[in-house]
Amino acid sequence: MENTSPETPQRIDRRAALKWMGAVVAAAAVTDKLLGAPKDPGAKPIEGAGKLIGTDPVLNKTYTPGELWSLTLTPAQRVAAIALIDLILPPDNPATDKLASQLGVQDFIDEWISAPYENCAADKPVITAGLDWIDAEAGRRFHKKFAELDEAQKCQIADDICGKTPVKKEFKPQQAFFNRFRSLAAGGYYTTPQGMKDVGYVGNVPTVDFAGPTPEALKHLGLA
Amino acid sequence: MAIITEKDLQPAYDVIVVGSGAGGGQSAYTLTMNGVKVLMLEAGRNYDPVTETPMFQTPSQMPLRGMSTRQKPFGFADATVDGGWEVPNEPYTQASEDPKTHFKWWRARMLGGRTNHWGRISLRNGPYDFKPYSRDGLGFDWPIGYDDVAPYYDKVEMLVGVYGSNEGLENTPDSPNGTLLPAPKARAGELFVKKHIAKHGLPVIPIHRAVLSTRQDHVNFPARLHPNNPKAQKIIAKAMQERAACFWATDCGRGCSIKANYQSTTVHLPPALATGNLDVLCNAHAREVTVGPDGKANGVIYVDKVTGQERAVKARAVILAASSGETARIMLNSKSNRFPNGIANGSGLVGKYIMDTVGGRLSGYVPAFENLPVHNEEGAGNHVYIPWWLYKEASKLGFARGYHIEFSTGRRMPGMGTGGASPGYGKSYKEEVRQKYGAGIGFSGRGEMIPNKDSFCELDPNTKDKWGIPVLRFHWKWSDHELKQAQHMEQTFHMIIETIGGKPAKMSKTKEEAIEAPGSIIHEVGGAIMGADQAKSVTNQWNQCWEVPNLLLNDGSAFCSNADKNPTLTIMALAWRASDHLIEEMRKGNL
Repeated sequence: MENTSPETPQRIDRRAALKWMGAVVAAAAVTDKLLGAPKDPGAKPIEGAGKLIGTDPVLNKTYTPGELWSLTLTPAQRVAAIALIDLILPPDNPATDKLASQLGVQDFIDEWISAPYENCAADKPVITAGLDWIDAEAGRRFHKKFAELDEAQKCQIADDICGKTPVKKEFKPQQAFFNRFRSLAAGGYYTTPQGMKDVGYVGNVPTVDFAGPTPEALKHLGLA
Repeated sequence: MAIITEKDLQPAYDVIVVGSGAGGGQSAYTLTMNGVKVLMLEAGRNYDPVTETPMFQTPSQMPLRGMSTRQKPFGFADATVDGGWEVPNEPYTQASEDPKTHFKWWRARMLGGRTNHWGRISLRNGPYDFKPYSRDGLGFDWPIGYDDVAPYYDKVEMLVGVYGSNEGLENTPDSPNGTLLPAPKARAGELFVKKHIAKHGLPVIPIHRAVLSTRQDHVNFPARLHPNNPKAQKIIAKAMQERAACFWATDCGRGCSIKANYQSTTVHLPPALATGNLDVLCNAHAREVTVGPDGKANGVIYVDKVTGQERAVKARAVILAASSGETARIMLNSKSNRFPNGIANGSGLVGKYIMDTVGGRLSGYVPAFENLPVHNEEGAGNHVYIPWWLYKEASKLGFARGYHIEFSTGRRMPGMGTGGASPGYGKSYKEEVRQKYGAGIGFSGRGEMIPNKDSFCELDPNTKDKWGIPVLRFHWKWSDHELKQAQHMEQTFHMIIETIGGKPAKMSKTKEEAIEAPGSIIHEVGGAIMGADQAKSVTNQWNQCWEVPNLLLNDGSAFCSNADKNPTLTIMALAWRASDHLIEEMRKGNL
């Protein structure tokens, strides 16, 4: 068997290759659990951590951010986070869908960065510094807070750091912030019922039989 | 009799069963259905999947969206509580500082043990798998063959409920007609892989899993399971009617409140308790098996984890089914004048030849799966798999034995990975997330490890657990067979992903990187192997210790090989067989 590395694809450029790799990594994160054994042993509590999820939590109840440990975003950071979340994840149907912030995505991000686990604690300075920066940058460019900007002004800042087009060297730290913030916001959003509907997930509903793929799905894959 | 507290303990039982998982659950079931009075000791707390399972909870209802932590390594909603590779107050140690020699020991301190979590993949060992030494000169032959175990595979499949199909493939046994439940339809991605890799000779066939795709045949199965035992038939017929068929919605790893999948707690224990012959004592951490003046086992000393007090209970026979590592630990800690190195350890083989499954993995991204028309793809884990297909090529591979392939595709419940890979923001970003969702594929190999003398456990001379009980210290070494096999897995997965037009993730640079860490697959078996020769094994073919015939090892500890087939079904079949034999021996007065 030929051992070709996806790191050096023959026919696609580097940019496409990076996009591919990102998708592969994301796919791995989703399929990991289904495969039976997680590659890493799970998030490690930070030294001297207070209240944790523990080994025997009540499983069949609804938890609210802030219930297990205190939230730590400042009021100003929270306002900026809400504005950025709604910019990243606008509703598909504004008339009927809720805003991502109305679904509490900012509460989840606050829960995450405030959590007594090493990976979460590592995200905290990235997220809080990024939110502070985005308000400061809004002030420098428009003499307002980020949340007070109009859509075009918000986009002007976001476009510089979101990675859709090459990011200038001076914005590299902010690009890292945006990537991480977007991951957390997307994870927070797509795990809500509205987010699941949005992405086209229709499981978690009892059915009598497993119907299998639809004729349309089979056709899509050239199997019909 | 019931789930009891200490004050309700009887002065003596016929049999004490240590452990409540696949081996302990099956042993207690078989014994109590035949009128034997059993006490089951479980080191963890009582656990009831019917009331505790988070069936429909979405990650947005869980702390940190269900993130995996050291205390809940398979994520928040996983059924396992008080378990994982790290268990508070219950350390284990490694003999060497070299991480390559470390064994990760996964335990579940809860009623039902690891059966609450497992993948439910229920493959029979084939005829080759019982005679590996005869085929290639490596490892050990079992003192039994496939034909000895086949009737018990039949019974276990009927009892627990296994879906699948008969394909007539080499060393991949068929079940008698009417034994298996219908296989669910394959998912779109599973069919896509099947179509495209057929040209490479890899068969994609329905997997066997312990999930009720339909209700069990409660009219005919009871008489086939318990001929000439009307009381048992009546009890199991009722228990079967209390289980619902799968509704294809949720993740089996969370447990199943409708009892559609197999957990000891929903399948073995309810009918066993209904006989009135079973007492279950939880939070009872077995320390040692006690021996009478006649050299026979006569009871168990355990620590009540709630009070920290030691207690002794008596019985005519003892079955250890504590998980192979814990069974070895209890035996090594059972020291007496007669057995200074641990009970039934005259051979010195207790703790030796521990095995895990060889694991390898590779994921990929498949553009053909993008924008797949929306439909439900949840429910009951994998529907297909690829059994080992290279029996005829064995001499050319550079490693002995083989592996099967499990793979997962489909539009499954979104998690923290959803959306992370796309650039930008706003409408175009959301569009791209939609396009990519469900386009991932993950392959994992599950292969046979050959037992070796460098992979073993022993008592640590210094470290004790919270209750003062010496803990296990592990030694580990893969042979080149396992390392090369893991590399072969990765290469195969890479080939498959490219064949379906996908983009594989980065491959490992070395074979040492390709293999999953020892203990990761949680198929720990061995440690008290069975054999035909008393000097070279710990138990006989009936899981009875050679030196202490009323001490049985009914978990994976008696395995003398670890076929690529996941061990749980075989643990249950052998536990049933050994328990039948124990009943006969007790009736005859031989014990």
